Amino acid sequence: MTEHRAALASLRNAHKRYGKVLALDGVDLQLHAGQVLALLGANGAGKSTAVALLLGLLPADAGEATLFGQSPQSLAARQCIGVMLQSAGIPDAFKVRELLDLTRSYYPAPRSFADCVAMAGLDGLLERRYDKLSGGQQRRVQFALALCGRPQLLFLDEPTTGLDIEARQGLWRAIRELVGEGCGVLLTTHYLEEAEALADRVVVLHEGRVAAQGSVHEIRAHVAQRRIRCVSTLSADSVASWPQVRSARRNGDRMEIVSDAAEAVVQRLLAEDAGLQELEVHRAGLAEAVLELTQDADDKSAFKEAA
Amino acid sequence: MNAIVQPSVVSLRCYYLEAKYECLRLLRTPSFVLPSLLFPSIFYLMFGVLLGGGRNGGDAARYLLASYGVFGIMAPALFGFGVAVAQERERGFLALKRALPMPPGAYLLAKMAMAMLFAAIISLMLATLAMTLGAVTLQPWQWLALLAVNVLGALPFCAMGLLIGVFASGQGAPALVNLIYLPMAFLSGLWLPLQALPAIFGKLALVWPAYHLGQIALKVVGRDAGGSLAMHVGVLAVFTVAFFLLARARLVRSG
Repeated sequence: MTEHRAALASLRNAHKRYGKVLALDGVDLQLHAGQVLALLGANGAGKSTAVALLLGLLPADAGEATLFGQSPQSLAARQCIGVMLQSAGIPDAFKVRELLDLTRSYYPAPRSFADCVAMAGLDGLLERRYDKLSGGQQRRVQFALALCGRPQLLFLDEPTTGLDIEARQGLWRAIRELVGEGCGVLLTTHYLEEAEALADRVVVLHEGRVAAQGSVHEIRAHVAQRRIRCVSTLSADSVASWPQVRSARRNGDRMEIVSDAAEAVVQRLLAEDAGLQELEVHRAGLAEAVLELTQDADDKSAFKEAA
Repeated sequence: MNAIVQPSVVSLRCYYLEAKYECLRLLRTPSFVLPSLLFPSIFYLMFGVLLGGGRNGGDAARYLLASYGVFGIMAPALFGFGVAVAQERERGFLALKRALPMPPGAYLLAKMAMAMLFAAIISLMLATLAMTLGAVTLQPWQWLALLAVNVLGALPFCAMGLLIGVFASGQGAPALVNLIYLPMAFLSGLWLPLQALPAIFGKLALVWPAYHLGQIALKVVGRDAGGSLAMHVGVLAVFTVAFFLLARARLVRSG
């Protein structure tokens, strides 16, 4: 408790093994009030296991998961969280009002029906049966169930899967509003633009370990390389031998160069090939950074995949 | 920035709502309601009243009133827990409920309450048929005792259903429950007395929970095999606790 006084929830050196598969191999994680932490990684990287440990759905083999300084199994701690799981499996037979009614009853001071409807965009849906809703509407109902208890910490697992752009941005607005009120959020998502739009901090998991963490900006900066594309007559092999060039490849008349110091390389390119055309320099986005960070561990030549 | 945890307010309202919505869910599932309520009565009409009526002074009608009662109440308990838990677990709904601050007891009590409610309805339906068409005459305490045996007797099968539900897949659960339910009912003497089968089945029957509940119900109408009430109750209690603990251990370990 003393080390993590400010953390709403944390994993400390968490290990979890399923048979021969080591799902978590010493993961540390802290969730703070008023902050969105995005947990990223490929399928099987350990995201779901990390969430399951924090929610008390699974025990850690070693290490510790705490929720509000208590065991995640504690009812008092769970009364401070809201949860939206990837596969909610809500029984079809219920009306939206009934689902909200039941879920609100778990919390000591729930939001009103009207607030839940307004925040999750459920206008006109309360009396509808859950199985008669579209996928996007069902997702919004699940979001309403997550926020109905006035949680201090929200777990959102792939919250916008199946939502159209408008609905997704509506949900992002609602999440930002909650965060603005001091709510902490753990977000797992496959949409890296979602992490870029919402996250204050990013943790990248790879094979059960934390591969990288920091702000979105810092994660992007992990990939110092930039990609230079141009149409040039220079030979890819000779460019590849320049200092500061990691790789150079030719695709038809276009050349693609990966470099840690794009400015110097561009200068030399222009100096050596006056006829150079269509020059582009790209910084890695979050998607490329995550891909790079996770693939680096397996395969140093993985960068070409990011294209 | 200190994490603030409010004291746990265990609201009774969520226990009530959990049971209410479990009831609504079942009522909106005709494939559960109709077989579990109608089969015991239909079987009783066919084998207890039409085929057995009047023979041996209504003996079959009395035997089957007790044994079909037990047969009948096992179904909503086994299916209500076994199939529902397997499906809710597989689809992720149970995980959501466990992650939400739902008191774990509310989930179990809601399902138990429904199994007992269905048991009471089945008992009353059978009793009505027995009294009217079956011409079964019993002392008032015997009618009440049968009702009590059936309602409380649902509990071991709730625990058994829970155990099935935490192991079986959602798709496999109905078949698995039937595979256990129907043979066990037969081998426990709920369809016809075990004396009608080779002697080995009488010895084997001791391992089935349904046999022990059946014996308690038959004891009420004076047709049991003579085992002690305490032994039957004790065996059922051990089964109930063992099933429940095994199910809980599995659920805690693997979600």
